[in-house]
Amino acid sequence: MAEKSDERKPLLSKKIDKFFTGLADAWNFVRRFFQEVFLPPYEFKEVVHQCYRIGVESLPLISLTGFIVGIVFTNQSRPSLTEFGAASWLPSLISIAVVRAMGPLVTALIAAGKVGSSIGAEIGSMKVTEQIDAMEVSATNPFKFLVVTRVLATTFMIPILVMYTDFVALIGSFLNVNSNELVSLSTFFVQVFESISFLDIWSSVLKSLLFGFTIGIVGCYKGYNSSKGTEGVGRAANSAVVISMFLIFIEELLVLQIVNAIRGM
Amino acid sequence: MAEKVVEIRGLKKSFGDLKVLQGVDLDLFKEENLVVLGKSGSGKSVLIKIMVGLLKQDAGTMHVFGKEVSQLNSKQLNELRLKIGFSFQNSALYDSMTVKENLEFPLVRNVKNLTKGEIQKKIEGLLDSVGLPQTINQMPSELSGGQKKRIGVARTLILDPEIMLYDEPTAGLDPITCMDINNLINEVREQFKTTSIVITHDLTCAKVTGDRMAVLLDGQFKAVGTFNEVFADADDQRVKSFYDYNFIES
Repeated sequence: MAEKSDERKPLLSKKIDKFFTGLADAWNFVRRFFQEVFLPPYEFKEVVHQCYRIGVESLPLISLTGFIVGIVFTNQSRPSLTEFGAASWLPSLISIAVVRAMGPLVTALIAAGKVGSSIGAEIGSMKVTEQIDAMEVSATNPFKFLVVTRVLATTFMIPILVMYTDFVALIGSFLNVNSNELVSLSTFFVQVFESISFLDIWSSVLKSLLFGFTIGIVGCYKGYNSSKGTEGVGRAANSAVVISMFLIFIEELLVLQIVNAIRGM
Repeated sequence: MAEKVVEIRGLKKSFGDLKVLQGVDLDLFKEENLVVLGKSGSGKSVLIKIMVGLLKQDAGTMHVFGKEVSQLNSKQLNELRLKIGFSFQNSALYDSMTVKENLEFPLVRNVKNLTKGEIQKKIEGLLDSVGLPQTINQMPSELSGGQKKRIGVARTLILDPEIMLYDEPTAGLDPITCMDINNLINEVREQFKTTSIVITHDLTCAKVTGDRMAVLLDGQFKAVGTFNEVFADADDQRVKSFYDYNFIES
């Protein structure tokens, strides 16, 4: 029979101890990613496979959401602009809103739900069914094969998805503007590109890279550290989504402050 | 006397407050099949996980091929792992890959300069050895429990290991499939000249596959020897009751 040794007392309270231990674990996980990403062997084939899964398989959902966002946002903004006789500014307003904030945010939140949960659940179930251990004992680095590839794929694919969402949302907006204000496609897009700056596009891309990295690393971290069988897998998937979304909002806020500061220079 | 491939001395391992291994001593000799018996949660699997560096001991030594496992860096550990095949309790097949991809996975990452034809030949040869050549393009979810175990064994054999570790190879299987797996363990040993540790609480499996038995109780080996030495002449009542229980159950 197993014996019990003297119980170790937590430094602070158990919950605070657990929080800081978790934070240190997460930091080590991120650090390990940056250590391993540059070292061979490189799993190019798996990165491409994950890019396909994350990018192409998300397209239907992203397309639908982006299109609806474009239409709805245009429709909701029209009355306010019309009140001030500024309905002709709709393309400018929509382009600024979509490119600067809504495109990256909507795409990242959808990806956090779809991709983040799937990564968390997949790696979590591999963990509890000892598939990760099986990789390790066959002298293969599971971190490199599972984590590095997925984080790279989300980091590369989310910016591409964001640009695609921006485009689809603007098309949705154009259809709405065209049917109400009879604005042509060229006039609409001339106004769109006059309203957005180089900084808007770059900040959107850089922000999306950050969102993609966050979704990938949180999903992988939660999955890689899941335990307690199938219940743990469910928890990993769930917390991957919740934590990713939480971090995405914080990052959005921070990037906004930085970009505004740059704009003010 | 046969060459010693594993030497364990004073091995201790705890998980939090739970003391699992409390001073384990054991020797494993080349080409022998050693069966480790013990109740669920007695630390049998922990022992072999320490052997492949999945877990680290708290105290004591674990020498495999003369090297202390806990002292190896990751490169040295991977070199050692190539010599050890680990067959997991639940097979641990990669469920997003076909049987062929499961077998290919460790091979292409560890053996360089193999042509596609050589890889295919090796995979087909191993699937023949475990009696499942027809499953090559199937997904793990399409296989029965016994088939999964066999494919799991084939995947570990693909790197030509010198030591095979079987973690509960017959757990959850019907008696006929259990006997098939027991025979497979013996065939693997004969065909591939492996040294094996079989972790089980199934006495039939132990009797069929083992040259020596080691009974793990209270975190230590209470009896080590041949089947008859361990059970027929057992002094420890708990070792004897382990046999009696299995006997009545069977």
